[in-house]
Amino acid sequence: MRSLASIAVLVLAVGLLPLFVSSGVTLGFVTMVLYATLLGQAWNILGGFGGQFSFGHAVFFGTGAYAMAVLQMRFGLNAWAALPCAIALGGVAGTLLGALSFRYGLRGSYFALVTLAFAEVFRILANTFDFTGAGVGLQLPLQEGAAQLQFATETGYLYLALALATVSLLFAWWLKHSRYGAWLAAVRDNEDSAAALGVNAFRVKLVAITVSGALMAAGGAFYVQKFHYIDPHLAYGAPISVEALLSAIIGGMGTVFGPLLGAVVLHGLGELTRNSLSSTPGASLVIYGALLVLIIMFMPRGIAGLFEGKR
Amino acid sequence: MLAARDLAISFGGLKAVSGASLTVPAGKITALIGPNGAGKSTLFGLVSGFLKPDRGSVALEGREIVGMKPHAVCRLGMTRTFQIVQPFAQQTVRENIAVGAHLHIGGRKAALAAAEAVAQRVGLTAQLDKPAADLTVAGRKRLELARALATQPRLILLDEVLAGLNPQEVGEMIPVLRGIRDSGVTVFMIEHVMQAVMNLAEYVWVLAQGELIAQGLPGEVTSDEKVIEAYLGHGTAARLKAEAAHG
Ligand SMILES: Nc1ncnc2c1ncn2[C@@H]1O[C@H](COP(=O)(O)OP(=O)(O)OP(=O)(O)O)[C@@H](O)[C@H]1O
Ligand SMILES: [Mg+2]
Repeated sequence: MRSLASIAVLVLAVGLLPLFVSSGVTLGFVTMVLYATLLGQAWNILGGFGGQFSFGHAVFFGTGAYAMAVLQMRFGLNAWAALPCAIALGGVAGTLLGALSFRYGLRGSYFALVTLAFAEVFRILANTFDFTGAGVGLQLPLQEGAAQLQFATETGYLYLALALATVSLLFAWWLKHSRYGAWLAAVRDNEDSAAALGVNAFRVKLVAITVSGALMAAGGAFYVQKFHYIDPHLAYGAPISVEALLSAIIGGMGTVFGPLLGAVVLHGLGELTRNSLSSTPGASLVIYGALLVLIIMFMPRGIAGLFEGKR
Repeated sequence: MLAARDLAISFGGLKAVSGASLTVPAGKITALIGPNGAGKSTLFGLVSGFLKPDRGSVALEGREIVGMKPHAVCRLGMTRTFQIVQPFAQQTVRENIAVGAHLHIGGRKAALAAAEAVAQRVGLTAQLDKPAADLTVAGRKRLELARALATQPRLILLDEVLAGLNPQEVGEMIPVLRGIRDSGVTVFMIEHVMQAVMNLAEYVWVLAQGELIAQGLPGEVTSDEKVIEAYLGHGTAARLKAEAAHG
């Protein structure tokens, strides 16, 4: 219940923030942290709670992003109608990828490589077809207004990101307090034992990757609405997969607030390095890498592990 | 309760189990004994759905179950423990047992409460909030048993739950196992600790080199020549007899 109260406090604090802060930079920062929380939580549900490490979560992000853009631009759908479709398509992509890889018992690095391969295949496909704008990408026409899910100020995007991030946090909270969550943790820790206790590991993993894919697709859809542009590399490239897993691992895998903490640290660090190291390209990547190594060596349970006491 | 017919499996060229047929009567404790590498654990794997037999059939309460997945078999009321204990190491004892309880209990709180009750039955109450990784060998064996019991099985397969325990710990476990039988659960156990087999089992099957070589009451099988030879080597029975005649 304590974490549920924390989620409520977060929603309230961020919800009231625009009343006290008018700086677009600050609101933009909070928006991006919430967006990164959503991506991290999407990865965390499958990787942290379910123990299935994906290196290719971009496959779901890109599917959501392209679905959002294509449905509006090619099929004339309203953005509010396109959003649930994009999320559902991300879920379907998750189910299909999961059915394929879990049916054949792929685990550990094999599963990671398969997800990576899928993201790469989709990147090449998106690069090829005119339907998706090929290598040029798709530019979403500017139509500001809440009815179009495009906003003139940061506040609108802040609330959209808050809503999506909150859904992901609530799902993670539910995992900690439900039978399904117990089954998922059992499958993560020992699949044979789980099976002996009546747990259908295949189905449990399939549900996890479906939800994970849907949330990641929501992130992709958000990206398109916020930046009005998507191309194959942004959608299906490695950086987005890495961003999702980094915030979850740094913050604490399998914890409700890990992705949020990781997102705060990563984006905070990103701001610092952008200001001080702007003359050295690639410096921020080196810092991310070093941070990841340090966290894995000294804090294997992430930042959230520090708060949960010893175990 | 359980009837296996002509089960066989080989790993590469090795015939781990070849043509095993046995029955386990309901409501009793039945033991499966045999020398190391005889194929006992493999036989458990075959009947519980973890291994797919090359041939043969398994019936649980008259229902054919060969080819079913382990989780489906568990739902029918048969579960197993592992010789090499497989706890959910990151989770507490309570959480571990609750996974089993969740088979029939949907609510989280109710499952955790049920886990506590099961822990009491096997003597794990003091360890409930410890991570499973911190348990001693004896504790882990109890946990393996508790998780399986929490699924409320009608038939439980125990693979050497007494191995690695000291005599005092074995002595503590014997009434626990008897209590499980008394509560109406049929027990089928692989065991090396003869003290426990003689004490607990109402019927015994003996497996050697993948084949069932003897069956009967505990007293009968331990004096069976074929069984003595399987354990102690060819010619031993004759030598023992000769020694007894001389002495
Ligand atoms: N997955 C496997 N692959 C190859 N060989 C195996 C496999 N599982 C078991 N074996 C072999 O099959 C034989 C029977 O093994 P099993 O574990 O069933 O014996 P056991 O009777 O349980 O022995 P123990 O008393 O030592 O537990 C052994 O020779 C073992 O090496
Ligand atoms: Mg064995």
